[in-house]
Amino acid sequence: MYDDINTNISEEYKKYLKSHRRKKSAIRISRIILLIFIFVLWEIAAQKEWIDPFIMSQPSRILETLITMGKDGSLFIHTGVTVYETIVGFVIGTILGTLIAIALWWSDFLASVLDPYLVVLNALPKTALGPIILVWIGGTTKSIIVMALLFSIVVTIINVYTSFRSCDEDKIKLLKTFGANKKQILRKVVLPSGITSIISTLKINVGLSLVGVIVGEFLVSKAGLGYLIIYGGQVFKMDLVMTSVIILAIVAAVLYLSVLWIEKRVLKMM
Amino acid sequence: MDKVVEVIDVSMNYHTLEGETEAIRKLNFDIMNGEFVSIVGPSGCGKSTLLSLISGILTPTSGKVLINGKKVEGPSASVGYMLQKDHLFEWRNIMKNITIGLEIQGKLNKENQEFVEQLLKEYGLYEFRNHYPRQLSGGMRQRVALIRTLATKPNILLLDEPFSALDYQTKIAISEEVWLILKKEKKTAILVTHDLAEAISMSDRIIVLTKRPAEIKSMHQINLSCDCKTPITCREAPEFRIYFNKIWKELDVHV
Repeated sequence: MYDDINTNISEEYKKYLKSHRRKKSAIRISRIILLIFIFVLWEIAAQKEWIDPFIMSQPSRILETLITMGKDGSLFIHTGVTVYETIVGFVIGTILGTLIAIALWWSDFLASVLDPYLVVLNALPKTALGPIILVWIGGTTKSIIVMALLFSIVVTIINVYTSFRSCDEDKIKLLKTFGANKKQILRKVVLPSGITSIISTLKINVGLSLVGVIVGEFLVSKAGLGYLIIYGGQVFKMDLVMTSVIILAIVAAVLYLSVLWIEKRVLKMM
Repeated sequence: MDKVVEVIDVSMNYHTLEGETEAIRKLNFDIMNGEFVSIVGPSGCGKSTLLSLISGILTPTSGKVLINGKKVEGPSASVGYMLQKDHLFEWRNIMKNITIGLEIQGKLNKENQEFVEQLLKEYGLYEFRNHYPRQLSGGMRQRVALIRTLATKPNILLLDEPFSALDYQTKIAISEEVWLILKKEKKTAILVTHDLAEAISMSDRIIVLTKRPAEIKSMHQINLSCDCKTPITCREAPEFRIYFNKIWKELDVHV
């Protein structure tokens, strides 16, 4: 649609584009400099013994740990376990949550009955359920996935259901005038108009699932980044803790960006 | 002429926790085949409710509506409904928006597909069939909405203030166009509107309703002396103002 803009641009517009680009690259460079600055300051502070590297760790030791872990493969095993559990919990949470939201939309009675339960479940810190799940399911990957699911499912149900409810009444009326039944109304208008909010729920969910997984690993596991963090803390290996936290930050960023990428794809398809 | 719509002793009450609202009280009127009838009345007098009753998405509290002599018991394919806004689905292209009614009624076959294509060609939308609604102007979108209604081949069209969301110029142009299309396709039409000038210029007959609960206040057969009758030329007929003033007085508007 806007292809014709670039073919014939004025000097003024060129200038505007240039200043816009310059501003953007200034922001990007500043971000990188900030990151380098923090790590360099940290390293210097540790070497000059302004801080105690045993407690605060230091970038060079983190790098060392990273290399050792990479060599013996434990880096990939633990990261893989955490990512796997997060993705499984996230996918199940989203699908199950959406299905439940559809059920609530379908039956006003069911929605009214369950409303207070959802409100309480949403407000309840899911961490508190950890020990219960541990006892019920046992200290396996399964219970960690259930934790991830618990963290994301309630938010999914509430967000998706709200978006279904906010579907334009007149659009539904339009389909009714053609004689549409409830299933057709769901498929032709309620679901497609809710898809954008389902996708934006994904972005929240992926973060929540990761929280669930880490909490689960704190409680039960024998592998995963959460396990490494809790283990490192217990044996006072701060290098291991810091390294795991940094990997976790990278994992979180990559997961978020993947969802963003999926979102772009899906919205383009529509 | 045959009666296509018969409204017989129709009453409609709404129930809410705050109480009961009587929207329509014992309405009786007929609409003939090929006729263009407008319904005017004060705001909130139940005009839209009346259309919903005729279309079958609401059931009257008492009385009945007959379409082609058969009692209405739910939406039927012989009645098309056009709403205030176009309500085109942003995620569907123009072609898919137009065929949604056929899709729902399970009639999306080759024959109907060709019929839709022919409509699109006839009314200048064929080259936009793969466009999305956001790429079209307000007037064009309303034209798409009309073709979406015509696609299921109804013989009666219910128009619920279909031009009220448009700006003045577009409104005049589109109402002219819609009128010509409806006459050409030989459809019976019932228009609900706030706009008296629009009603007089388009209709063969105008039904004036009282304020709630709606009853018939008066009916006017519109006879304008102009050679080639279309909504725009009608506005210049000498009788136009006379009808306008008469109905205006009956509406009894106090601000």
